[in-house]
Amino acid sequence: MKQVRFWGTRGSLPTALTSPDIREKIVSALVAANGRSFRNRAAIDEFVDSLPFSVGGTFGGNSSCVEILTDRPEHLICDMGSGARPLGQAKLARFGVPNPQTYHIFISHLHWDHLMGFPFFAPMYIPGNRIIIHGCHEQLEDAIRLQMRAPCFPVDYSQAGASIEFDRMTPGKPHDICGLTVTPKLQLHAGDSYGYRFDGNGKSVVYSTDSEHKLDDNEAFREFARFFSKADLVIFDAMYSLAEAASVKSDWGHSSNVVGVELCQAAEARRLALFHHEPVHDDKQLARLLAETRRLEQITRGDRPALEIVSAHDGLIVDL
Amino acid sequence: MAYLALVVARNYCLTMMKLPTREQSGVLIAEVSGRIDHTIAEEFTRALAPLLSNCALGRAPLLLDFSGVIYISSAGLRVLMMASRQAKAQQGSFAIAALTPLVQEVFTISRFNLIVPCYANVDAACQALAQ
Ligand SMILES: [Zn+2]
Ligand SMILES: [Zn+2]
Repeated sequence: MKQVRFWGTRGSLPTALTSPDIREKIVSALVAANGRSFRNRAAIDEFVDSLPFSVGGTFGGNSSCVEILTDRPEHLICDMGSGARPLGQAKLARFGVPNPQTYHIFISHLHWDHLMGFPFFAPMYIPGNRIIIHGCHEQLEDAIRLQMRAPCFPVDYSQAGASIEFDRMTPGKPHDICGLTVTPKLQLHAGDSYGYRFDGNGKSVVYSTDSEHKLDDNEAFREFARFFSKADLVIFDAMYSLAEAASVKSDWGHSSNVVGVELCQAAEARRLALFHHEPVHDDKQLARLLAETRRLEQITRGDRPALEIVSAHDGLIVDL
Repeated sequence: MAYLALVVARNYCLTMMKLPTREQSGVLIAEVSGRIDHTIAEEFTRALAPLLSNCALGRAPLLLDFSGVIYISSAGLRVLMMASRQAKAQQGSFAIAALTPLVQEVFTISRFNLIVPCYANVDAACQALAQ
């Protein structure tokens, strides 16, 4: 495993920037420029790069879709949220048609925000492509067919040109897939969800989204600390604040930045990526959450080595 | 009899966490200190239980003096939330005061400052709670 690329990082529902959002960014940038003039495009780019990410960029609004890049020709993808649309486009642009590719897709669970990109994933319509959908839910195939059935969608699942196979995985059991060891783990979420741990050539990545952690369940805490153990990257559902997750949004099936830090510290993980962002949070709020999470890690670190913290955004590439 | 002795002994072991109490302006103040993490959360719950059962309508408000707490984890914060809930259900008054700067930061980052009443110091809390 070389890199992880985020194509969709938003939770529950894709979101889009609005005109007031863009206006706010332009105003902030102009205030920061303070009347300065720029010699050329390179000078402008340099200035934009110096702005806070929430001004010069955006976290993006596509729902869950994460790619794991390896040295092998097969493609590995976690979840098929709306981020699967730009991912599919990028693959067609890169490999052209026809140029048969193999896609391994791991599905955390069957909620719509994690499947909705599949009908827009262009490689599925191209003969010669092979798509293997891995998951632990009994209704995995039914759920994928269901969302491509009239009156929900104009193109029926049977129109897929690619060969599509389903692989039912067993939670807790390591599976050899594409030269990696992939271990699914049952998580607390309505209708169940599964996290996936990928181990290969000395690197480990954990994809753990839509997963609630009950604060009084010490046994579950220890299990997850083991599941995240010494991972190079833990992609973690940090949708709510700890207070929300424990009170008004208890049993809603999501977790917080605080629990992400505590589990990664207990697991001695190297890097934590905050993921499945709350749709009502704008770029400024997400940037503030990242700064606060880094501060929490700093003040609770003790003698441990530092845990690196990033907030996933659409387009982010993390080198492992 | 032997069984009873065993139960008593076990309960004694389980309630080793001590919360020294004092009274100020009609408010019962309990001192909490040390690290309130996953390993101690259950014990903290048990130590609070007798104080909380008296935190009801017409009884003295309960204030936790947090000046000696150096760390609190999510499990510790949950205990405070449950305590606050119980007090509310019994129409009692419950609050926390004198958080050290780092613990105050954990409250802010976790947003627990929004769901558990916190005061800057014991005097300010007593003044507000005594009303
Ligand atoms: Zn979701
Ligand atoms: Zn879900």
